[in-house]
Amino acid sequence: MLHLDHLHLTEPGFALRADLTVPKGARVAVIGPSGAGKSTLLNAIAGFMAPTAGRILWQGAELTALPPGDRPLTILFQDQNLFPHLTVAQNLGLGLSPRLRLSPDQHKAIDRALERVGLASLGSRLPSQLSGGQQGRAALARALLRARPMLLLDEPFAALGPALKADMLDLVSEVAAETAATVLMVTHDPTDAKRFADQTILVADGIAHPPQNTAELFQNPPQALKDYLGS
Amino acid sequence: MGAVAIAAALGVVTLGTAFAVALQAGSFALSPADWAALRFTVLQAALSAALSCALAVPVARALARRRFVGRGLLVTLMGAPFLLPVIVAVLGLLAVFGRSGLFNDLLALMGLPRLSIYGLHGVVLAHVFLNLPLATRMILQGWQAIPAERFRLAQSLSMGPGAVMRHLELPMLRATLPGAAVAVFVICLTSFAVALTLGGGPGATTVELAIYQALRFDFDPARAAALSALQFVLCAGAVGLGWRALQAPGFGAGLGRRLSIPAPGGWRRGADALVIALAAAFLLVPLGSVLLRGLWGLSDLPPGLGMALVRSVAVALASTLLTTSAALVLALAVAARGSRLLEVAAMLPLAASALVLGTGLFLILRPWVRAEDVALPVTILVNATLSLPFVYRLLLPQAQAMQADFGRLADSLSLTGAARLRWLVLPRLSRPLGFGAGIAAALSMGDLGVITLFAGESGATLPLYVHRLMGAYRMDAAAAAALILVAASFALFALFDLWGRRAAS
Repeated sequence: MLHLDHLHLTEPGFALRADLTVPKGARVAVIGPSGAGKSTLLNAIAGFMAPTAGRILWQGAELTALPPGDRPLTILFQDQNLFPHLTVAQNLGLGLSPRLRLSPDQHKAIDRALERVGLASLGSRLPSQLSGGQQGRAALARALLRARPMLLLDEPFAALGPALKADMLDLVSEVAAETAATVLMVTHDPTDAKRFADQTILVADGIAHPPQNTAELFQNPPQALKDYLGS
Repeated sequence: MGAVAIAAALGVVTLGTAFAVALQAGSFALSPADWAALRFTVLQAALSAALSCALAVPVARALARRRFVGRGLLVTLMGAPFLLPVIVAVLGLLAVFGRSGLFNDLLALMGLPRLSIYGLHGVVLAHVFLNLPLATRMILQGWQAIPAERFRLAQSLSMGPGAVMRHLELPMLRATLPGAAVAVFVICLTSFAVALTLGGGPGATTVELAIYQALRFDFDPARAAALSALQFVLCAGAVGLGWRALQAPGFGAGLGRRLSIPAPGGWRRGADALVIALAAAFLLVPLGSVLLRGLWGLSDLPPGLGMALVRSVAVALASTLLTTSAALVLALAVAARGSRLLEVAAMLPLAASALVLGTGLFLILRPWVRAEDVALPVTILVNATLSLPFVYRLLLPQAQAMQADFGRLADSLSLTGAARLRWLVLPRLSRPLGFGAGIAAALSMGDLGVITLFAGESGATLPLYVHRLMGAYRMDAAAAAALILVAASFALFALFDLWGRRAAS
């Protein structure tokens, strides 16, 4: 269970409060108007931003002071998820060993992960030689290798077309199922939320609301969500 | 942590030496000779800055709006005098403008009296030779930064060259000229090698040269200290006043863009051609004559040259390693945390000068060691300190881009320490690292400053060796040694730069 305990996040001209729990294994969409703080919330959980008050706990253990790489999670950013000067296989290898000292077993694991996401035999390419969708797959393959208990997605597929994005969300579902990961996914698209997430966190007016059942939330939206959806 | 230690070390080397100097200064009452040195220093720097900038404007404009075979090469050559050992430039100017040089032969042929290159006009001539290219490149960048759309708009409004000048080019010049002028002025304030070779005497001594003479000939540390304190105040004041103008580095990419500036025909075409030809001749003829004379002298190389070369290369490599790693640590720390204190520390050496640092270190070390025993380590330290701001400013923008693009990804993968250096920093920054290391190596290779204070009879670096040959009027041998010095400087630069490009691709 992820517990955001009276969390306060502040930046100049911006404040966000969150006091909520996310059950282990849940798939949660994070939705809300742009600028409301969806990415900020994920950045705080991932450790790129220190909260002004409150705590972040995973399974009862406090994460608040841990450096980003030591937290039990993998995060995919909007872009720059791969180092352009390293091959795809090296990029995956960094998920297993930051020094890139890899055992034969780890090399095999990288090959299996590439195969799993449909990139078999592309390990020796540079990211610039892959399409946008393939780059997303490579980043997901690294998440698969790291197999951390949480997967945070900060709109990594926003630049892809609808069909490709749907494929990627299916792949995320499979990766999450295989690693038993709890998923938090920022999105501005209600169809993504309905398709992928059983629960949804609404971020609006300086508050990250506790997760609610996605279907019920969209059937009976609160005012802030109505304003956002324009319905 | 490492960054703070480096900043502290920079503070000790620049401010600590100034403090040591101030403690030892006999009295701060300046003699008439000291006042004359101060006046001459400011006068020659102001004249050099004004002339360099005034001449650079037509050259930059001609280069901005004309395309011709060899233009790219000429623009690249404009970057070279920054790396050219000053002593070599002086030797070239002597060959052309000296007593029996080409220029005076020409004057004599026309029945005019021969001109002497020594004194104020010689010092200014050398400074214009060394800094005209720098000013030209800075102004050329300004010209090419004017958006092509503006020129198209001007054409669509059928503005003539005069109106284009008034509405587009003058505003740009108002923005870029102060920066170029301040940069040249500050460089000339600390000029030592030019004054040492072409100046001297009561009428043409810079403060920097006066420090050298006080320490080396008069054995008067108290007076050297007082002059050093004066020089420090002068440089720190100039850097402080021109701080904003000095922020833009004068070299960089982006000078090879397609033609976007209208090129008027008629007499302006001829004028531009003449300006380019004159500028190219002014820069190339002196260098060409060193080359010719040096090739002549190569058959009879004086003894000791090999050892001087080895010393210079060793000093250059050591100071390059020192300054590049220090600049990298500072740039990474500023990119990650944005510390104002570290930024100021990295810029601090701009206010220092070789002879002030040298005098300070001399006074500090004097009780314990003989000067000639520490000549090379002190030269390494001073060269590394003085070239740090250049390397730092080359690295910073790229380090900031790297941090913005990949800092979080690297953090999320626990990429720290040596692993981060190997898999992220070196691959991403290899290009500016190679270029910066090349500049540091060439600057150190050609440096004729602090070594003159410390070196004994037998411990000369190659530039000092050339200077001593010139002092003995062995001009062919000096030209040959200068040729080897230039070749070694540019080879070091090219080697590091090539490494950076290779590693980046």
